[in-house]
Amino acid sequence: MDRLTIDEIETRLDALAARPDDALARDAVRLADDLLAMGEAVLEAWLDARGEPPTEETHEGFRLLALHRQGARGNPSFNACRETCRELVYHRNLILAEPDAGDIARRIRLGAMVALHLALFIGGKLKEAGLGDFCCSSRPIRRGETIDTEPETA
Amino acid sequence: MAQDMKHKKVAYYPGCALEGSGHAYNRSTKAVGKALGLDLVELKNWNCCGAMEVKNVDPKIQTYLSARNLSITEQMGFDTVMAPCNGCYHNLKKAEYDLAHDAGSKEVNSRLSQKAGHKTYEAGQVETIHALDWIKRSIGEDGIRARVKNSLKGLKIANYYGCMYTRPRHIFPEKDQGPGSESTAKPHFMDDILAAAGAENVDFPLKTACCGGAHTLSDSDTSTKLVLNILTAAEACGADVVATECPTCHTGLEMHQIRAEKVLGRKTNIKILYFTQLLGMALGLSAKTVGVNENFSDARPLLREKGLG
Repeated sequence: MDRLTIDEIETRLDALAARPDDALARDAVRLADDLLAMGEAVLEAWLDARGEPPTEETHEGFRLLALHRQGARGNPSFNACRETCRELVYHRNLILAEPDAGDIARRIRLGAMVALHLALFIGGKLKEAGLGDFCCSSRPIRRGETIDTEPETA
Repeated sequence: MAQDMKHKKVAYYPGCALEGSGHAYNRSTKAVGKALGLDLVELKNWNCCGAMEVKNVDPKIQTYLSARNLSITEQMGFDTVMAPCNGCYHNLKKAEYDLAHDAGSKEVNSRLSQKAGHKTYEAGQVETIHALDWIKRSIGEDGIRARVKNSLKGLKIANYYGCMYTRPRHIFPEKDQGPGSESTAKPHFMDDILAAAGAENVDFPLKTACCGGAHTLSDSDTSTKLVLNILTAAEACGADVVATECPTCHTGLEMHQIRAEKVLGRKTNIKILYFTQLLGMALGLSAKTVGVNENFSDARPLLREKGLG
């Protein structure tokens, strides 16, 4: 898949979720990997924006998880999408494990919603960059930031 | 999980949200406590935890704000404080961690406490728990089952925990400790409590996804899309209701559900209720007693249909 922008990924996921059940079922195996690839593209966009070459390594067998670890380095609020990445891997595996399951279209749509959450979350972070933290995790603790809290002088 | 006498009577830190937009959460938490025979003693003269804003000015001041509330807890003779709001809960836990691991935070806390004229809080004196811990530990699933008067049977629930209840993992050392403990990756305490009340929980993949709460003013469209996606996923899982345990998430889900229809033309029908409202009705309290009429998302027709409230 060519590198997609986050907006393109959102559009593509919306379109995927709107497809009829039988069309999703026919393409289940391909779509499972597409979902994972879209997740990777979202994280690549984040890393690109930070000027870091996206890793080609894998973590627990998945590049998506390695990209997440790379993106979270020095940016603990990024951990708010850790479980989203893991859910995306789970849904991809779930689809591939039983591509002929009776509710395969529903499984694909749920996978697409997980991928969409990742796209929206990272897209939001990119938009807000420079305006402060997107979420509320403990950035100062993890980064060991020092803030000037000198005692007042009389 | 065995019942735990330690948590039958705890200090209560409602926080600012529960006096405003989360009023129904405050009301239903107190009503559930009363129905379960649990005592909540509100902290005297508590202060705002600094929520998401103060840390961006000075994280050590934010730590102090929570340390002051922990100091009040201690001075009132309690060793446990319960905070139902994920933001307050997170900040109290973070302060506890900070004071145990960061000399600078400890120094600032000491200096500001002296200046404010109260005892300096030292790490390790008070345990912070969430409303979910409070009910799970003090009553447990068997205790809930024994007290259910109006089962939630037939109600399909997507349990939504939001992103602050479990993150960052290192400030919650009691979680991920094996059977009986809460999981940071797949939290389940709310699922356990509502299942004991008779509900059918659906397998919901976005239970710890961010609702975009911190974003809601600076980039409302992103928050609306995040919420719409969460609600759509809950509907796709077959849920009738999204159960919440955070006032910020709850308000965000309700407000952006309306905004999604207005701005994006995307209507979702799923209802949003605090878990304490659902549990309260299962315990025989009326919908009004637990503040269902205060919610924007009007669940009353659905609840009537299910024989609740």
